[in-house]
Amino acid sequence: MHIIDRRLNPKAKSLGNRQRFLRRARDEIRNAVSEALKKRKVSEVGNGEKIRIRSKSLNEPSFHLGKDGSRDFVLPGNKEYMVGDTIPKPPDGGGGGSGRGASDGHGDDDFVFTLTRDEFLDLFFEDLKLPNLIKVKLKDVRSPTPLRAGYTTDGSPSKLNRVRTMRNSVARRIALRRPSMEEIAQAEQALADAEREAAPDPARVTLLREKLARLNHLRKTVAFIDPFDLKYNRFERQPKPVTQAVMFCLMDTSASMTQSLKDLAKRFFMLLHIFLSRHYREVDVVFIRHTSVASEVDEETFFRSTETGGTVISSAFEEMRKVIKERYPPDEWNIYAAQASDGANDLGDMARCIDMLDDVILPLCQYFAYIEVGTHISESIIWTGFSPLTERQRHFAMRHVSSPADIYPVFHDLFSNAERS
Amino acid sequence: MDTTPKLKKRKAKPIFDGAEWNFDTLKAVFEQVEKVALRDLKLDVYPNQIEVITAEQMLDAYTSTGMPLMYRHWSFGKHFAQESMSYRRGMRSLAYELVINSNPCISYVMEENSATMQTLVIAHAAFGHNHFFKNNYLFRQWTNADSILDYLAFAKEYVKECEERHGVEAVETILDAAHALMRQGISRHPKVPVSSRPADIARRKKRRKAHEEATYDDLWRTVPKRPVLAADAELAANAAEGEGLGLPEENVLYFLEKHAPRLKDWQRELIRIVRILGQYFYPQRQTKLMNEGCATFVHYEIMNRMYERGLLTEGSMLEALHLHSSVVMQPSFDDQRYGGINPYALGFAMMRDIKRICEEPTAEDKDWFPDFAGNGDAIGTLKAGWADYRDESFILQFLSPTVIRDMRFFALHDESDEPEVEVTAIHNEMGYRDIRRRLARHYDASVQDPDIRITDADLSGTRRLTLTHNVRDGRLLGKQECDRTLQHLAQLWGHRVKLLEVDAGTGKTLRELEALPLP
Repeated sequence: MHIIDRRLNPKAKSLGNRQRFLRRARDEIRNAVSEALKKRKVSEVGNGEKIRIRSKSLNEPSFHLGKDGSRDFVLPGNKEYMVGDTIPKPPDGGGGGSGRGASDGHGDDDFVFTLTRDEFLDLFFEDLKLPNLIKVKLKDVRSPTPLRAGYTTDGSPSKLNRVRTMRNSVARRIALRRPSMEEIAQAEQALADAEREAAPDPARVTLLREKLARLNHLRKTVAFIDPFDLKYNRFERQPKPVTQAVMFCLMDTSASMTQSLKDLAKRFFMLLHIFLSRHYREVDVVFIRHTSVASEVDEETFFRSTETGGTVISSAFEEMRKVIKERYPPDEWNIYAAQASDGANDLGDMARCIDMLDDVILPLCQYFAYIEVGTHISESIIWTGFSPLTERQRHFAMRHVSSPADIYPVFHDLFSNAERS
Repeated sequence: MDTTPKLKKRKAKPIFDGAEWNFDTLKAVFEQVEKVALRDLKLDVYPNQIEVITAEQMLDAYTSTGMPLMYRHWSFGKHFAQESMSYRRGMRSLAYELVINSNPCISYVMEENSATMQTLVIAHAAFGHNHFFKNNYLFRQWTNADSILDYLAFAKEYVKECEERHGVEAVETILDAAHALMRQGISRHPKVPVSSRPADIARRKKRRKAHEEATYDDLWRTVPKRPVLAADAELAANAAEGEGLGLPEENVLYFLEKHAPRLKDWQRELIRIVRILGQYFYPQRQTKLMNEGCATFVHYEIMNRMYERGLLTEGSMLEALHLHSSVVMQPSFDDQRYGGINPYALGFAMMRDIKRICEEPTAEDKDWFPDFAGNGDAIGTLKAGWADYRDESFILQFLSPTVIRDMRFFALHDESDEPEVEVTAIHNEMGYRDIRRRLARHYDASVQDPDIRITDADLSGTRRLTLTHNVRDGRLLGKQECDRTLQHLAQLWGHRVKLLEVDAGTGKTLRELEALPLP
């Protein structure tokens, strides 16, 4: 009898099965994922998600008998029935009693399971990409990847290449005629036979004895594995080029933005932030919020804090230009910006705002997305003002978001891979 | 509590106290259980291997058909997602154990189990199931415990190689289709090869002639002959071709593996893997009731005997009884929890009843079971039963009126177009045999599975494959699933596939279904 502790065996043995399963139901799961986003709070985006799908592609059919025809069956727990009694069938036509029909377990296509955070986000951001990522430049080398680079004669034991080592060992042992155990056993046998003969031939015995001594000597002096044989895998660390990019998030936090509008805007940026931190680990994110004055803030303040005031959008552009000038020289950085606003702006600021965007900001940017939140009843002044730009500047996009349900489609639209690459 | 120091027999010290256990406890428990199992019950088992695993590993194991090694397939991932969901929600508790019919017999026990549960599980799986696997005729005849793990290792590696060489999706297509036909991939009746040597043919001819002469009756001459039709000649031609292919063939997967015209070698091998696994699991399907009954009976006996000897504390015996009674719980048919007849409950009830009949039979028992009533050798009788029966025949042979009364079985008849079902037998003198016969049919896989055979394969012409479903009692196949399965079949065959549903009694074709492979 053996008792074996298997608890430390590699985990997630079923990972391969799970990947195959997720791939199989990809389309259904993706729909369910975007459906799930509508119901979630801002802070919950990016946790695991319970998914309900109804899928034909997950069906496992087989030949089995249907419900037609006649059949006999036996049930336990009779309390009152006598022979000849009749029992009405349950309405779903499952056949007498409960469960017998259903226990076959077919016909239930609805399928609920949990996606992990990673799986959820993978599907969530599938096919999304920052457009026009062209200025490739080596920034800092953070994690140089080890690459195989042949073999070496020294190294740590964990890098020992056993195949190479044994190959050398075999070759050397053959070359130096190191005897195997069988050869020695044979020689011993021959010697024993010669000694046991009725009239041992002393010359032959001596010869055999010498041969055995020689073999033993060879076996002792020629090592099975010599330090000379050892070969180790060699790795070289190679720096990988890193693409530099920065994303500016500009958000209007003025009084005209109601709490629900701010939530919408934040939700969009939250998505953007998760997307960037997941797929572009090297991307810098700059948060700028503005009322009548703009300021660069950290992530926490950007998403959590509240402030009120008037609206001067150009102040945000001014701040953005300042930050670019100070920290992100445009010839080295891919610059992106996303702006969210309710469409209201100080009337006097409008002309300056459009000029700045057209002349200063857009030429600096790889891509600029403007999101207008709120019910889009009539065209807002910003929408009217910015609209002409979409025709002139191909990397400028405007979208409208009026409910949480719009966010994912708009986001997907703005960053969809297929459209731009 | 009994405070008198006088004990009739010097009781042994309990092996453990409380719920905690470690590997030494496990070893000590195993040794004691083994003593009772081998000395008292005289069980005959494969060598044991106990493996301690985590809950996740347990889920993993029993969602991939309960084998320690398995090839990769999305359906296992699906079952895993399903099971882990209901496990996390607390809807279902995990199986406490899992046992594999292999030599050595591997039993998995979960780390979360208490010491009592481990004892129960070892008695149940490592001795109960193990004895059954080693001795039951179906397992001996159909499965090879020595080589199954090696075969699985091969299968896993082979599927992996195919995925690398031909792509995951190409492999998946074949496996999906083969899984759909897994139940049609079983040889229920091994064929006796018919020799075609001239000497053998001559001998058969001679024997037949001798038989005809011996049973000659002039009366047969007066029976009118059926006129020979043109269709018959065609039929005969087809039959001749079919005979070369070994038709009719009930093992659809086997036929595809050997004769499907458009499959590549690796695809045939994949089908073969699925077919061999299906065949390996076939005995398990047919002996679920007995297998669980045997294991439950064994653990119940062992736990009681260990308690009598003082090897278990009262606390752990109570825990064991609690576990045991929840396992053998049988809700009534009108209960919300009812999900069919619990094989643990019925199996255990029958086996305890056999023990009772052997030891303290009533007049009724002597009447019903003259062979073994009152023979005093309960274990011997049970062991003979475990070895030589499957669920269906076991019920036919051993289900006693006592058990029928205790479980309050009643038989019903259902016509699909009637609004009501009719009670045809209850637990009374007139009903016992009827109930017993009908219940046995529940467990007869050949009755529960549709009888589908390949009856024609036109290899020289249109290459159409024809299957025939012998419809009994008007029970046609479930339409939707049938269409999908047929589509899978067409995909493997590579040409048109036709399914005829023919009434077994009248020979009338009730329904015809066809499927064409998608390009």
